[in-house]
Amino acid sequence: MQYAVNEKGFYGDFGGAFIPEMLFPNVEELRQKYLQISSTKEFKKEFDDLLKHYVGRPTPLYFAKKLSEKYKTQIYLKREDLNHTGAHKVNNTIGQILLAERMGKKRIIAETGAGQHGVATATVCALKGLQCIVYMGEVDIARQAPNVARMKMLGAEVRPATSGSKTLKDATNEAIRDWIGNPEDTFYIIGSVVGPHPYPDMVARFQAVISEEIKKQLQEQIGRDYPDYLLACVGGGSNAAGTFYHYLDDQRVQLFMAEAAGHGIDTDKSAATSVLGTEGIIHGSRTLLMQTEDGQIVEPHSISAGLDYPGIGPLHAHLIKTGRARSFPVTDRESLDASFMLSRTEGIIPALESAHALTILEKYDFGKEDIVVLNLSGRGDKDLDTFMKYMDDYAK
Amino acid sequence: MQSKFEELFHSGDKLLSIYMTAGFPNLNDTVPILKALEANGVDFVEIGMPYSDPLADGTTIQQSSQKAISNGMNLNTLFAQIKEARKEVSMPFVYMGYLNQLMQYGLEKFCKACIDAGIDSLIIPDLPMDVYEEEHKAIFDDYNLGMSFLISPQSGEARIKEADRLSHPFLYQVSSNAITGAKSGISKAQLDYFGRIESMGLKKPKMIGFGISSKETFEQACRRANGAIIGSAFIKAISQEGSIESKVEEFIKSIRS
Ligand SMILES: Cc1ncc(COP(=O)(O)O)c(C=O)c1O
Repeated sequence: MQYAVNEKGFYGDFGGAFIPEMLFPNVEELRQKYLQISSTKEFKKEFDDLLKHYVGRPTPLYFAKKLSEKYKTQIYLKREDLNHTGAHKVNNTIGQILLAERMGKKRIIAETGAGQHGVATATVCALKGLQCIVYMGEVDIARQAPNVARMKMLGAEVRPATSGSKTLKDATNEAIRDWIGNPEDTFYIIGSVVGPHPYPDMVARFQAVISEEIKKQLQEQIGRDYPDYLLACVGGGSNAAGTFYHYLDDQRVQLFMAEAAGHGIDTDKSAATSVLGTEGIIHGSRTLLMQTEDGQIVEPHSISAGLDYPGIGPLHAHLIKTGRARSFPVTDRESLDASFMLSRTEGIIPALESAHALTILEKYDFGKEDIVVLNLSGRGDKDLDTFMKYMDDYAK
Repeated sequence: MQSKFEELFHSGDKLLSIYMTAGFPNLNDTVPILKALEANGVDFVEIGMPYSDPLADGTTIQQSSQKAISNGMNLNTLFAQIKEARKEVSMPFVYMGYLNQLMQYGLEKFCKACIDAGIDSLIIPDLPMDVYEEEHKAIFDDYNLGMSFLISPQSGEARIKEADRLSHPFLYQVSSNAITGAKSGISKAQLDYFGRIESMGLKKPKMIGFGISSKETFEQACRRANGAIIGSAFIKAISQEGSIESKVEEFIKSIRS
């Protein structure tokens, strides 16, 4: 596996665990146990059972006929939006809660941006009867109100992060600080392929079920088990990592990632890390991030709270640097266009995050016979407030 | 440069070190604060380069850092201020900052600037010991810049010994499982931990930091180490109204009178 993590937690130049000593024992305990526990038969059985009967997997791989006609190519949507709780995030939280349980942890913390990971964490905590505290930026609490309500309904405590840009990066800082103060009883469920090793690898493994299913479903539907293109949006990169996972070394498959350009990559309101980022350290990982000349992390912007993050996971930084994957910056407006387009073409309201990936259909000229699999990472219910604001622009 | 530290640690005195956020409360307060600290008998100082995302810091240092950044503090300004202070201040200067800023500045250029400004040693809380030894140590050694590593109550014995081996001129003993910030007192569990570390017979001098905020907690820490470091409580004190000189004098007197 050319793109697998090495034993020190690096993907090429990226990854590792750049953390203060106070965090070292927590992270080290996880590093020693995550593979050992998650590779047992007993763990796999409960993981698979929950994904099947509780989450509702496998999610459909849907041939989008009208969309395919519109873009003159063969488009399949991987319907992660149909998962319980409405996004791919729950694949990972199921995996991590089972680990937490087996490590004897009683208190769960998480960070969230769009609130999807927060909801997915609150859900599995309710399922397992564990205490749940979710850190969420004050700005995100305001723009993703339905998910805040869902977390509370599920019995979680939502703690506002009030430092910095008051979005995902700051919520992550707060969760890490909490973990420093609670090293023994607390498990930190990270929501994407970011953070210190082993998180990027662990989260990618739990999300890998997405590409495992794509393989089987393509084989059944078209008689070959790989597409020509895989498309996914990238915030931290977990849904993309899961979509790419079993194809990373398969050079027949091109990997396209959509990043949030916000108002545009030539403005100061953007979150397109692979274009605007430089190498550095964020949340304990050496990767690409948006920073000033003086090494201060930049406050990003995206209409989509789940992509409003100034870094990308170390795997993605490696895929970009080696040319294995290609990145497309997508503006707020383009993602709104795509949200309304998909809703009215296929009767599927996508999450704003996922809509970023849809815009690649506009930006790249796919061949008529090309098989294009797009990971529809989540549903748009949480974004209805935002969509309503722009409804007049899209009058039928 | 290291001989100033050697003298201090050989004196047998219980050392008082202060952490300050550079460029706080105002951009140009760094030099007057350094002068006032020396004038009031502080033994050495940790000069904190403000960072946007200080993972190991509590609200007080987060807020002072945000203020200092918006005041316009950056590395070049900091080096210029330290150089200015060096003309009159002779106590050792320890630079404290996060790894990202150092990487962005460039390691070699950073070391040169430190030496040129008069910095004696460094604390980079998110620089792992193995990465330091494999990738960076040779460069820091060339410039004769020491590095202090952190140990915490959760650190295993082997790691403590590793930190002891690599740290120079002192080992940084974090007082509890916590980020920086003033706490009400020192618990029995913390005192036990201080005792446990002391009885390990480590080779390097130890300074205890994080949560040391008063005369009482300072003295408790000093009983089991070569001295202690006060940060957030000092930042709070100089956030008050009044002249730098009087605020520093009043605070240091409250700790060591
Ligand atoms: C629906 C959806 N897609 C994508 C993302 C982005 O995360 P990642 O890049 O880790 O998949 C989020 C994050 O909240 C999300 O809710």
